[in-house]
Amino acid sequence: MVATSADPMIRIENVSKFYGHFRALDQVSLDVQAGEVLMIVGPSGSGKSTLLRCINHLEVPDAGRIVVDGILVDNDEKHINAVRAEVGMVFQRFELFPHLTVIENICLAQQKVRRRSRAESQTIARTLLEKVGIPEQAQKYPEQLSGGQQQRVAIARALAMQPKIMLFDEPTSALDPEMIKEVLDVMLALAHEGMTMVVVSHEMGFARNAAHRVAFMDQGRIVEQGPPDKIFSTPQHDRTQLFLSRILH
Amino acid sequence: MAVDHERPEIQPRPRDLRAHLNEFPWWLLIILSVIGYMVVRIIVDPIYRNIFNTILQGLSTTLYVTAVSFVFALVFGLFLGLGRVSTNVILRNLSITYIEFIRGVPMLVLIFTISYAVVPLLARTFGLPNNAISLTARAIIALVLIYGAYIAEVFRAGIEAIGRGQMEAGRSLGMSRWQTMLYVILPQATRNMLPALGNDLIALLKDTSLVSVLGVREITQVSRLSVSTSFRYEETYFILTLFYLSMTLILSLLLQWIQRRAKIKR
Ligand SMILES: Nc1ncnc2c1ncn2[C@@H]1O[C@H](COP(=O)(O)OP(=O)(O)OP(=O)(O)O)[C@@H](O)[C@H]1O
Ligand SMILES: [Mg+2]
Repeated sequence: MVATSADPMIRIENVSKFYGHFRALDQVSLDVQAGEVLMIVGPSGSGKSTLLRCINHLEVPDAGRIVVDGILVDNDEKHINAVRAEVGMVFQRFELFPHLTVIENICLAQQKVRRRSRAESQTIARTLLEKVGIPEQAQKYPEQLSGGQQQRVAIARALAMQPKIMLFDEPTSALDPEMIKEVLDVMLALAHEGMTMVVVSHEMGFARNAAHRVAFMDQGRIVEQGPPDKIFSTPQHDRTQLFLSRILH
Repeated sequence: MAVDHERPEIQPRPRDLRAHLNEFPWWLLIILSVIGYMVVRIIVDPIYRNIFNTILQGLSTTLYVTAVSFVFALVFGLFLGLGRVSTNVILRNLSITYIEFIRGVPMLVLIFTISYAVVPLLARTFGLPNNAISLTARAIIALVLIYGAYIAEVFRAGIEAIGRGQMEAGRSLGMSRWQTMLYVILPQATRNMLPALGNDLIALLKDTSLVSVLGVREITQVSRLSVSTSFRYEETYFILTLFYLSMTLILSLLLQWIQRRAKIKR
């Protein structure tokens, strides 16, 4: 399959996911265009992480179809690897490799997956550390960094693979308030560069500044979606209103 | 990061003599005194010295069997442990079956079974004569098969102690399950496993005494042979005890030192 410019970067069709008898995703369909920044909001347990994790096959959907940049995400190991090579992911708890230095964290997959030389991967790593604003931390271990710095390393680590798509699962919710901005700034810069992004987050400031579209999820479904102003100012559904009134106080 | 201004630095109260006495490793002093007493006895008493020299002849076998068995048990245990946490149903169940099998049978019985039943059976199937495999080799095979199962459990616990997120992080970067295991999970797991592996090494050293039942001439067997002609039970078994006690003590101090270094060096 070859993607044409008209095809969306991510196409999610009728995806359902069960945990036992619990339906975490209920026939979700969603397209994300190249260069689009999509934010997913919704109450805890509504299936946001599950949906995100289906995109790079960390979770396997029970029904439906996901196509990323023309590659069908099925159980074929080749497809999975191809998709993961194009999709970067940033986790709530950073998940840096604690036994490796910052620069080694950024170089590992470059060398093992992209087969880049040590020198080449380090050059790329340093450029990215510069970009996320912490070039001086290259030789430190993750535990020696603040949460905000760790998350920026995690972003650099994902970017080193030169992904076409970045997935963020509540990237700032484990951070102290004073560190949230430094991470959001990096994400904002990425968005402005035209990176395709799917962001699960309740940072309304980021939604207003960077998101092209906001999708509201509840009980495994996308209840409504649209431009941020529209969703925030005139939500159509009761549940969206209720949820927004809670987080916008 | 918050900076505290002008806060008077609070020093910990200097510890008094009582605290020092409390924390002093008296147990070590007692053990060392016992060892010291025995050493003096061996030096001054010709009977003790004779027996000591006799048992000493078995020391290299004890150390050799311990070292070789441990190295192979580590390798075997690693693979068993990986099978134990594998997502492959067959691999996982084969590993569990094996581990439960070993853990459900006394070590002494396993040593007999492996050396006198399993090994000859395998030798026969491969067309080797029954005596092609020496008793020392059988002892090592038995210890490797037994300790592999114990060490597999150490690996399993070590691997499972590393959060699921680490595997997912590796996978999301495009690394395979094995690559992530090798470069991300195992290096972290091994560090956590050092104390448990050290305990297994010490236990293995002690359990080599069991292979004396095969006639392998390690220190226990040498002592038994010596006693059967000299009838000097007291001296012989006290000195044999001294051998094991000194070796395990040295090993455990060594392991503590390695662990401290591993912590500092990371
Ligand atoms: N591995 C799992 N096993 C069983 N149930 C799961 C598993 N993962 C998620 N769930 C359930 O699926 C539902 C959706 O989970 P998900 O993590 O996608 O929610 P979420 O919207 O990301 O919530 P949160 O805001 O708390 O992160 C939850 O009810 C959760 O308990
Ligand atoms: Mg979540």
